[in-house]
Amino acid sequence: MTPAEPPPAPVAGTTAVAPRLVGDEATAALMLGDDALILSHRLAEWTGHAPALEEDVALANISLDLLGQARTLFSLVGDEDELAYLRGERDFRNVQLVEQPNGDFAHTIARQLYFSLAQEIRYTAVVGTDGCPTPIRELAAKAVKETAYHRDHATEWTLRLGDGTDESHARMRRGLEVMWRHTGELFAAVPGLPLDDAALRENWLTALEAVLGEATLPLPQGPDADAWTAGGGREGIHTEPFGFLLAEMQHLHRSHPGATW
Amino acid sequence: MTTAPPADQRSPGLAELERAFDTAVAAEERIEPRDWMPDAYRATLVRQIAQHAHSEIIGMQPEANWITRAPSLRRKAILTAKVQDEAGHGLYLYSAAETLGVSRDELLDKLHAGRQRYSSIFNYPTLTWADVGAIGWLVDGAAITNQVPLCRCSYGPYARAMVRICKEESFHQRQGYELLLALSRGTEAQHAMAQDAVDRWWWPSLMMFGPPDDRSAHSAQSMEWKIKRHSNDELRQRFVDICVPQAESLGLSLPDPELRWNEERGRHDFGAIDWEEFSQVLKGNGPCNEQRITQRRRAHEEGAWVREAASAHAAKRRARATAAIGDTTATGDTAPPTATPNGATTP
Repeated sequence: MTPAEPPPAPVAGTTAVAPRLVGDEATAALMLGDDALILSHRLAEWTGHAPALEEDVALANISLDLLGQARTLFSLVGDEDELAYLRGERDFRNVQLVEQPNGDFAHTIARQLYFSLAQEIRYTAVVGTDGCPTPIRELAAKAVKETAYHRDHATEWTLRLGDGTDESHARMRRGLEVMWRHTGELFAAVPGLPLDDAALRENWLTALEAVLGEATLPLPQGPDADAWTAGGGREGIHTEPFGFLLAEMQHLHRSHPGATW
Repeated sequence: MTTAPPADQRSPGLAELERAFDTAVAAEERIEPRDWMPDAYRATLVRQIAQHAHSEIIGMQPEANWITRAPSLRRKAILTAKVQDEAGHGLYLYSAAETLGVSRDELLDKLHAGRQRYSSIFNYPTLTWADVGAIGWLVDGAAITNQVPLCRCSYGPYARAMVRICKEESFHQRQGYELLLALSRGTEAQHAMAQDAVDRWWWPSLMMFGPPDDRSAHSAQSMEWKIKRHSNDELRQRFVDICVPQAESLGLSLPDPELRWNEERGRHDFGAIDWEEFSQVLKGNGPCNEQRITQRRRAHEEGAWVREAASAHAAKRRARATAAIGDTTATGDTAPPTATPNGATTP
């Protein structure tokens, strides 16, 4: 608006009105929604800190896509802000990978590569599986297009960093290794989504190996999940940095109980 | 940067070129990158566009400060999109500057070395969530007041960049106003938060129009060149007149006891601006000068290895492509790889 115009009217909320899911189907929406919300939050932390302006734009863009997915998924279960701001750490059901701190740019790209490949494969499967809840299939059909861009972004950067300089190669390799520990649960069964998770994981590994091969990077060795520390996200077991993420994210909202924003 | 026109362009005679330039400007024609232009015109544009671009990217910081704490998912989405827009504005403006013969890297180096300025407003801190609203309403509002006339600037690439930027800025101002309205009509604590933010941002926003006309170093020549269309004081007055009724609608007051309608002038009178504060912030003594430039430098330095990797990778790809062709048409004179300024190479 030009400043001379009268004050604008408030914008209506954008949360979709859709049939509510219950039981396992609600759990599925929460798990996928939490993945999207928490990764969106981590990526937003890059804003203003990225290695080039183009990346400030790109990472914010991916963050916004994921936030949009989270909002749609939450709207299938309940009030989006109650779900995001008023649940405690043990109630979040995201995989641990998405809550991992950004680290350097290579750590972030490694996390993006692992997650975006997995998300694209899962969403594609959800779209093609009749037994999955219709509203989640609708979300997946739209989101899979965004995810293809996220995967492309992560792939291109993996190639640049892996097959760039000695330093970038070493950093990318390290990022992949650090994040690897949290990849085991990417294809843990999600209640309410009758998918062949083992087959999806095979697809993921194949796609991942292709990218890493071209980027002259080895697939990390070692455990990708561990009963003790890695892989409990779906049960609400998180890593230490997650509590700080929630503290920051929820502080203002919780400081004004009942307020609208 | 080189400011002298190539020798062959001088051949018709400098006076004649100057006359043609003056005529084009007077006739409201756009000056384009390939057109001859006086060195001082070019230098003025580079200074102004660079300062504008730097302001966009430094301006991301005070708002990004609240993205991770935004109190609702809707607000978080709006704020992230807004800060993303600002990065985009930086990109358009650095591109506009490139048409004048200066690269983004050169300009960033000058910013980081403290040799080029950004808008002083961003040296104030965002202390509460309401500051995000105050920045949108007042700071973006002041920016729009300044920038709408730039859409008619005599230099084509700058004018065209500004058309797009102004469209997005109007969305930004709208969100700021709407954010403050929600707070003002919210709980007592929210209302107080909004009032406090407006109290802190009002005067710095008025300073955004620059020094009073009688002390403005660059104004007269810029107006003659039609880079600038209205004087600082004129734009400031326009802004005050717009804000007063909007503040009333918001249910918030403006922190100026001398602010009142002047029937005779048909405009608002307002109190004296503390130009000493302005001058101190400009000199680097504002609350956040050090912090803002340090963060900018750090992001740039910490990203250096990423940009180098992108350039190295692009060079490898080119070399492979050349080798594939060179197997049959062996030539020894392939150009050395050139790094893109931003590291975002295309395969």
